[in-house]
Amino acid sequence: MKKYIVSRVGYMIFTFLLIATFTFFLMQTLPGSPFNDERLTEVQKQVLYERYGLNEPMAIQYVKYLGNIVKGDFGVSFQFDGRAVTSIIGERIGVSAVLGAQSLIVGTVLGLFLGIIAALRHNTFIDYGAMIIAVLGLSIPNFVLAGLLQYWIGVRLQWLPVAFWDGFAYSILPTIALSAFVVATMARFMRTEMLDVLGNEYITTARAKGISELKVVLKHGLRNAMIPIITILGPLTVALMTGTLVVEKIFSVPGLGEQFVKSILTNDYPVIMGVTLFYSFLFILVILIVDLLYGVIDPRIRLAGGGQREGK
Amino acid sequence: MEKILTVEDVHISFDTYDGEVKAVRGVSFDLYKGETLAIVGESGSGKSVMSKSIMGLVPKPSGKIVNGKIMYKNRDITKLSSKEYRGIRGADISIVFQDPMTSLNPTMTIGHQIMEGIMVHQKLPRKEAEEKAIELLHLVGIPNPEQRVKQYPHQFSGGMQQRVIIAMSLACNPEILIADEPTTALDVTVQAQVLELLKEIQLKMGTSIIFITHDLGVVANIADRVAVMYAGKIVEIGKTEEVFYNTQHPYTKGLLAAMPDLNTGQDELQTIPGSPPNLLYPPVGDAFAERNEHALKIDFLHDPPMFKVSDTHYAATWLLHEKAVGKAKEIDEKIKVKKQSKTVGVQKSVRQEKLLEVKGLKQHFPDSRQSVIKAVDGLTFDIFKGETFGLVGESGCGKSTTGRTLIRLYDATDGEILFKGVDIRQQNNLNKEVQMIFQDPYSSLNPRWTVADIIAEGMDIHGLYKTKQERMEKVYELLRTVGLLEEHANRYPHEFSGGQRQRIGIARALAVEPKFIIADEPISALDVSIQAQITNLLRKLQREKGLTYLFIAHDLSMVKYISDRVGVMYRGKLVEVAESDELYANPLHPYTKSLLSAIPVPDPNIEKTRKRVHKTEWDMSASDYQLREVVEGHWVACTEAEFMQYKQAAQKEMLFV
Amino acid sequence: MKVNEAEFTDDLFEEAGQQFKEKKKSGRPSSSFWRDSWIRLRKNNGAFIGLILIIAMILLAIFGPMMNSYGFDDQDLTRANLPPKVPVLENIPFLGMNGVDIRGMDQYEAKGVTDYYWFGTDELGRDLWTRIWQGTRISLYIAFLAATLDLIIGVAYGSISAYYGGRVDNVMQRIIEVLMGVPNLIVVILLILVLKPGIVSITLAMVITGWVNMARIVRGQVLKLKGQEFVLASRTLGAKDQRLIWGHLIPNSLGPIIITTMFTIPTAIFTEAFLSFIGLGLQPPIASLGTIVNDGFKMLRIYPHMLLFSSVIISLIMISFNLLGDGLRDSFDPKMKK
Repeated sequence: MKKYIVSRVGYMIFTFLLIATFTFFLMQTLPGSPFNDERLTEVQKQVLYERYGLNEPMAIQYVKYLGNIVKGDFGVSFQFDGRAVTSIIGERIGVSAVLGAQSLIVGTVLGLFLGIIAALRHNTFIDYGAMIIAVLGLSIPNFVLAGLLQYWIGVRLQWLPVAFWDGFAYSILPTIALSAFVVATMARFMRTEMLDVLGNEYITTARAKGISELKVVLKHGLRNAMIPIITILGPLTVALMTGTLVVEKIFSVPGLGEQFVKSILTNDYPVIMGVTLFYSFLFILVILIVDLLYGVIDPRIRLAGGGQREGK
Repeated sequence: MEKILTVEDVHISFDTYDGEVKAVRGVSFDLYKGETLAIVGESGSGKSVMSKSIMGLVPKPSGKIVNGKIMYKNRDITKLSSKEYRGIRGADISIVFQDPMTSLNPTMTIGHQIMEGIMVHQKLPRKEAEEKAIELLHLVGIPNPEQRVKQYPHQFSGGMQQRVIIAMSLACNPEILIADEPTTALDVTVQAQVLELLKEIQLKMGTSIIFITHDLGVVANIADRVAVMYAGKIVEIGKTEEVFYNTQHPYTKGLLAAMPDLNTGQDELQTIPGSPPNLLYPPVGDAFAERNEHALKIDFLHDPPMFKVSDTHYAATWLLHEKAVGKAKEIDEKIKVKKQSKTVGVQKSVRQEKLLEVKGLKQHFPDSRQSVIKAVDGLTFDIFKGETFGLVGESGCGKSTTGRTLIRLYDATDGEILFKGVDIRQQNNLNKEVQMIFQDPYSSLNPRWTVADIIAEGMDIHGLYKTKQERMEKVYELLRTVGLLEEHANRYPHEFSGGQRQRIGIARALAVEPKFIIADEPISALDVSIQAQITNLLRKLQREKGLTYLFIAHDLSMVKYISDRVGVMYRGKLVEVAESDELYANPLHPYTKSLLSAIPVPDPNIEKTRKRVHKTEWDMSASDYQLREVVEGHWVACTEAEFMQYKQAAQKEMLFV
Repeated sequence: MKVNEAEFTDDLFEEAGQQFKEKKKSGRPSSSFWRDSWIRLRKNNGAFIGLILIIAMILLAIFGPMMNSYGFDDQDLTRANLPPKVPVLENIPFLGMNGVDIRGMDQYEAKGVTDYYWFGTDELGRDLWTRIWQGTRISLYIAFLAATLDLIIGVAYGSISAYYGGRVDNVMQRIIEVLMGVPNLIVVILLILVLKPGIVSITLAMVITGWVNMARIVRGQVLKLKGQEFVLASRTLGAKDQRLIWGHLIPNSLGPIIITTMFTIPTAIFTEAFLSFIGLGLQPPIASLGTIVNDGFKMLRIYPHMLLFSSVIISLIMISFNLLGDGLRDSFDPKMKK
């Protein structure tokens, strides 16, 4: 098990390093930095370059850059004169985290519920209904859903605030828009897993013991169906992260996503790089957690000494 | 005797895409206290569905009991509410399924799984339930139950898992235990242990057992009474001796005749042609008639009722009708004559020319961690031209790996393989000279190809024809050779039954006109009546084409029947090699002895008196442990000291003869 | 079923004297895997609707822009911001196809326009019908191109990795494992920042990480098939790599490959639209569904029709492909049903 964890963490570090390197060299080749502004004189440019360390040799910049990352220093924003990227991320992440967590919880609970009842009522109207919801949730792009929600519920019906971030009521529409995908993914995955598990012989064995159907479903069915569910946490994290870019923009929520989009539009490269690395780190961390969790939850892996995840 | 369960005219149907499949079509029987009733039948005969229906476990909503009653304790349990049924399940009637691997919940400790039923039915608190679970594990012969109770299923071997499941089913002292092919997934030696365990438990607890199986040997071993099912009906039921020694139904007769006899040599097995009917469209009259050479006209018109043979013995065949008495005798006579005409002289091949020489063959596979799995570990044997060499052993002993290495599906780790005196690695034509027949008829044919393309693949690869027409003609010829029709050429594999698919596989191997065929468990996935067909086909081809076979199997009775010489494998090594008759008459190695003693024979009288050899572990680590020739042609793995003993014993025997 | 004993005449108890003949297993006509799958697919309502919608969308994307006389980039400020107006349908008030905007004013009358704009016009007076189908064409083009490239790379990589196994597989798997740890969209965004948005750059950016999924699926499938006895049989007959891969492994992996592609296409359409939305979309004059949706947002409160049609169409495309993908999964793998 120890060896397994070490190798997983090793992977994580390597992947992150790779992304950091990739990001660095991409940024080097970027055209149109704010310093290319035609209104700046050569002298002004030189001053700016020196200040941001852009005229040193590439290799030195790279090493410095990696060193800074380790220290948690992603550089300084071009746009907000002299503000550290880290502090921008720190200031913005709270709102996004609340929104993301809210969507994840709502989406998971609702999705699992839909998935389970769809599986238990397989080939009935409940099943079909749940799956129609799931296909819609999966298919309708989040910006379309966000736009429709904003227009109908915010503008036309005026039930909920149209935009900005000022209390729980403001978070409802963005949460719905973000969690639709989570609901759909969870419901579909859970249904498939549950049907798969319920078709197993050990479920019949459990029934043959005379325990109640509820116990069969919960203790034997659900527990085994839930194990693979954690594998979709990775993709869901990405979906939520990218979802926040769009949803926060539409609802003018002052989160990290909105900042990221703004930075893209203004070519604020240090912020783009910083946020990219931050997102990547988050994603890699989730994948690591999923891997480790899998080992802990499934006794077949936990007790086999770990290291083998083949077959699933 | 006290009746505890009565099944009356039960019909069970399944809704499928294609229509209603009538899986069980009017089954009636009684179960008495403390007896073992075996229900035998081939796959699709409805035996398993029948047993599940007693537990109320027919898969819903597609399956349903259309008609009939199952009376238990004066109640028709098919009419019970699901809550009432739960009170019976696990407490009064319990079930053991075929595959122990899939019958246990992988993420729950076995203790917990055993306790579940106890806590529900006996309302015991957790602590006491756990004690009971430990006690049960002890009862089914699991060592260290106190520790094992906290373990997960994957930490047990297959045989141990099945013991756990038996413990689970016994948790609440049920009156009836349904065992649905409980030993089919196990090795013979483990099977023997589990059968013994069931008998022991029955003696101690007085449980009635309904034992579902396809293996007549197992029936002879364990059953007091037998019911034979065919196409959803019981065709014959009676005491085990009655059914085995006074067989009435042509199907039962056919089944018994299709099993090779361990004690006598036979040239050709009796077969039942064709395959069981499709229960989407059950045939009119006697369902077996279309496969019965001597069927009566009435068999095609009317369903035979159960005729009484004795107070305990009934059979559903028109041959028992008063008007058919004469005819029945006549048919019996005909069959006897035919059988005699077939058992003329067993011709054993003469060993002259070595076709294949294997010397010190090793095949190691890297494990996930740095270690290696020694699948085959130092194998030396020869195969002579025209003979059939049988290779037997239990799952994981390396017999299939050996076969695959011989045809270079794997490259040997070490050792030498000579074919016609030349190293197989230097042979250009190896794939034409040596061919293979595979085990699983469902995965051995490419599902996207037509039968013609499958059969012609070898000819395509080696360019063995000049025109398209020549290719088709060869395919047709091969189809006829293996007993199929020309019109099958353009069909796809999924349209064929298991036996037919195996024939296609054989035709594919024959297409390149090989000299040597490796048959890797070619019949073990097939039903008994089909096994005989394929075995006969293989022998016929051997005679006609002068083929040499390596026949790999775990079924020793079939190996003995088909092979001239047999090698017994254990953990990657050969432990004994001898002519098949010699090996069966005079096994030397303790492993061979235990293996032989574990095969159930389809003869109740023999089964009742047989002694089993129980030892399951052999120390083969001694440095001078190797194959030695005790008498001419009979090799056994042993130490120098053991060798002397064997030799003395053999000489003594020679004196007596 | 009681039968009268008297019916049993003596001659019924004679042997029928039949000869046994091998028969076909069932009376059904011979059918291949593909035909069976097609029959099952046709029975699946959702998938069939999806398929028809996809065909309709493709046809409209090709012929839609030709169905009226407006060019997709014809600007005319005198006819800007017109709501949709369709002949015949304009007489059914609640449909909103009568050229009346949300404030209840007939813009056509107000601006003195006598033509019909089926989906209305945008703020530059461009005909939305033409623009939307033109955009659909571009979006579908990008999606199909990306899916095709994913397919080629993924199938090649996955099958090589699985087929050769051993060390080759090990190295190739490590690479995939690292790529799996990279959040796709982030990489796409970074690449577009560098490459500048365009049809080719967007497609390439998507493919750079997109093929991994296909490669994993193909690898899994080939790995499973490789041990199957029909593949071993072919090897024992002396088949070479070419034959094994193209005759046995790939044909039997086609089901999962097609299904994966069916899910790649909507993902690509979404990604392209998403990029437009965060300002990295195609630059004018080229327009895709994504850029049109994005343009629609600017006028959402006053002229909702600009967003409505484009977002309905993008959603329909996504739904259709997902439905078809689900249906194909069921029809290739019939055991999941019932």
